[in-house]
Amino acid sequence: MAKVSKSPWLMHYDASSCNGCDIEVLACLTPVYDIERFGIINTGDPKQADILLITGGVNTQNKAIVEQIYSQMPNPKVVVAVGICACTGGVFKECYNILGGVDQVIPVDIYVPGCAARPESIIDGVVKALDLLEKKNTEMKNKA
Amino acid sequence: MAKRSVIPFGPQHPVLPEPIHLDLVLEDEKVIEAIPSVGFVHRGLEKLIEKRDFNQYQYVIERTCGICSFMHGMSYCETLEKIFDVDIPDRAKYLRTIWAEMSRLHSHLLWLGLLADAFGFESLFMQSWRMREKILDMFEASTGGRVIFSVNKVGGVLKDMGRDMLNSFIETFDDMEESISALSKVFLNDVTVNSRLRGVGVLTREEAVSLGAVGPMMRASGIDIDTRLLGYEAYKDLDLDPVISTECDSYARCQVRIGEIFQSFNLIRQAVAKIPDGEIAVQVKGAPKGEAFNRVEQPRGEAIYYIKANGSMYLDRCRVRTPTFTNLQPLIKTLQGCQYADVPILILTIDPCISCTER
Repeated sequence: MAKVSKSPWLMHYDASSCNGCDIEVLACLTPVYDIERFGIINTGDPKQADILLITGGVNTQNKAIVEQIYSQMPNPKVVVAVGICACTGGVFKECYNILGGVDQVIPVDIYVPGCAARPESIIDGVVKALDLLEKKNTEMKNKA
Repeated sequence: MAKRSVIPFGPQHPVLPEPIHLDLVLEDEKVIEAIPSVGFVHRGLEKLIEKRDFNQYQYVIERTCGICSFMHGMSYCETLEKIFDVDIPDRAKYLRTIWAEMSRLHSHLLWLGLLADAFGFESLFMQSWRMREKILDMFEASTGGRVIFSVNKVGGVLKDMGRDMLNSFIETFDDMEESISALSKVFLNDVTVNSRLRGVGVLTREEAVSLGAVGPMMRASGIDIDTRLLGYEAYKDLDLDPVISTECDSYARCQVRIGEIFQSFNLIRQAVAKIPDGEIAVQVKGAPKGEAFNRVEQPRGEAIYYIKANGSMYLDRCRVRTPTFTNLQPLIKTLQGCQYADVPILILTIDPCISCTER
């Protein structure tokens, strides 16, 4: 992992997960796993968030909300799809109300598989997101 | 007359781990009415029964909810066992009971943490979740999974726990009990915590009955009902007194859940002392035909399972009535007349599991 020059803020949204990945995301923020040691803070405000952790597949009811949260986040931003449901729809793929993975609605940068995704793999995904955020940031500065 | 305004609450909200939307009608700072709208987590899981056979569906039904996943798998298998009319081995019953109580422990610790987070007591949140990790380690050692276990099958369980493992669990529980009783003193005696919980969200005994509250929500209103007393699985051999409180407010709900944590420790100790040797599963042949109905006590209250089978591998219907669904009415009732700042706490005191409710 490259040196992190900023402290990215992280936001979590439950699209239509079974709670399994949600509590694992929360478990990452609490002792034992503690991703706050990378300078990350969990925020509830999309306007302050750099990384969006999203769990569960998108359904017809929350499609607009996922889009709205994504559009409220300032650039540069990274989306991490946590769990197999967020990646492809997973076990619920054939359910009538599931449109599929999160990438059906918003661009996803990093996919973390697993049912439920293990905290170790979520941390791995977030660490990859940190590098990507750094890269996107430099690209943005070069363009300007 | 005070100025009326409508404030949307959720579906994305810092205090909510899961999406639920409420339109709060306020008169100054006071909530007059709360109108919920749901469906953000609806997947259509019950309909999937048409595409999966009854053995495969066990893995789907577990994913109704990641917190009580074991309980969902267990009650689904129990209901099918009623249809097949098989009696599972005693050891399997005890193993299911131990895992079910461990699920309750981890669910209640999770809830305590979220409650602490809702009233802004960050370190209490972290401490509760630190305790919870120990339970998850035990789950991982015994089943291989942290939140989704898949150890149930129709006719018993898939994995066994050895004597050494059970004894090491009991030892860990002894340590945990000490730290949790220190933690519970903060929840129950701390002045700041008390000022946020006492007298907030009162649900009287009569209201709890008429609105159909279940689980800790109901027991906190002084009603002495616990579905575990029906004696399913190994509960018939264990001593169990429902934990109740008569204060009817958020403090009482916290008190009941803390009481249930210690009760679960006690039940697991009893079960480990009594667990018989033997097989952990019986073979179940053929396809189910008929219908059955089953009730279990989940961490959030009573869940009802109904299954109708037509003699093929594919079931006709699997209906689940989850505890949060019935607890939503008492929630709406307690929200009426509360202060706006207390809304997050009141939502949390029913221990909402939206993904159970909407499936």
